[in-house]
Amino acid sequence: MSGLYVIRARSCCLRAERTVGWDEIGHELPRPTPTALAFRFPDEQTGIMFDLNGRTALITGASGGIGQAIARTLARQGARVGLSGTRVDALQALADEIGDAACVLAADLGNPSGADGLVAAATAKMGGIDILVHNAGLTRDGLALRMSDEDWARVIEVNLGAGFRLIRGALRGMMKKRWGRVIAVTSVVAATGSPGQANYVASKAGLTGMIKALAQEVAGRGITANCVAPGFIDTAMTAVLPEARRQQILASVPAGRFGNPDDVAPCVLFLASGEAAYVTGQTIHVNGGMAMIS
Amino acid sequence: MSDVAERVKKIIVEHLGVEEVKVVEAASFIEDLGADSLDTVELVMAFEEEFGIEIPDEAAEKILTVKDAVDYIKTAIG
Repeated sequence: MSGLYVIRARSCCLRAERTVGWDEIGHELPRPTPTALAFRFPDEQTGIMFDLNGRTALITGASGGIGQAIARTLARQGARVGLSGTRVDALQALADEIGDAACVLAADLGNPSGADGLVAAATAKMGGIDILVHNAGLTRDGLALRMSDEDWARVIEVNLGAGFRLIRGALRGMMKKRWGRVIAVTSVVAATGSPGQANYVASKAGLTGMIKALAQEVAGRGITANCVAPGFIDTAMTAVLPEARRQQILASVPAGRFGNPDDVAPCVLFLASGEAAYVTGQTIHVNGGMAMIS
Repeated sequence: MSDVAERVKKIIVEHLGVEEVKVVEAASFIEDLGADSLDTVELVMAFEEEFGIEIPDEAAEKILTVKDAVDYIKTAIG
């Protein structure tokens, strides 16, 4: 088909699997019965919400602060987690801590074949990718006037290009399964801009737009795509900022403190869960009120 | 029906959830079988997997009916 793409919400059959249901398909289906609701919000047997038992999750940038917190949180809720990153020793330490539910998948996303290889490795090791968390990201800061082509390209490639390739690779399995969660960890600067970060801001704003397009393409297949946009979080990435800049940023945070990775991970968990089935194409901002975006 | 046609038909029935009797040679994926853009891409990918072939986008755009698919695949696998 060329030209305009038409994606219809359709009343595909309600399967036995509880995760494919009325709320993921659209308006053509009959309204949910109270029984169906009670079964999902939360599970009436266990009382547990955001249960990820039986799900597999691939997390990129898992050796970083936010990535580690996401991996721990998803694993705690029952998911098997594939930990991807460049620092294998840090990944291995995290995998040892999490236990059997974790596996290490080293990958260099700066290399165009890295993303495709990672999807294949994750699928082979975990049997599929139900939840993709693209959290890998790097900065090469500098004023635009002085920014080299190389610094521009590197940041766009890893943050945005690899994200696209990972999503493309993981979607196939999600489409077949009629269930999937794509979550991009973006940044508050995608919405606000940030001096000295033209490349980084472009990459994160690019991810935000891409996620919206993707969300529309696959919504009828039980797949959601969303962003989590952290504000200023205490991690290795922000530790390199000059103290004066840190204080300047802190003054703009109504919560009066920098965030920590555990502030971010629960938002990813929510979007990864069955309960978030009707949330797609959105961004959850986690920034202590630094920017209030509607 | 030839073996290729049978396999193609099976994929279409499975994927689109349509009745087998509707999957006739002249049936158009979009007009007659209720497929949307994403379905047609998924079908092409399923054909590629089933028959171990590559269907380039330009060719995929011309596969509009069941017969188009069967003919293309027959030629592709020789």
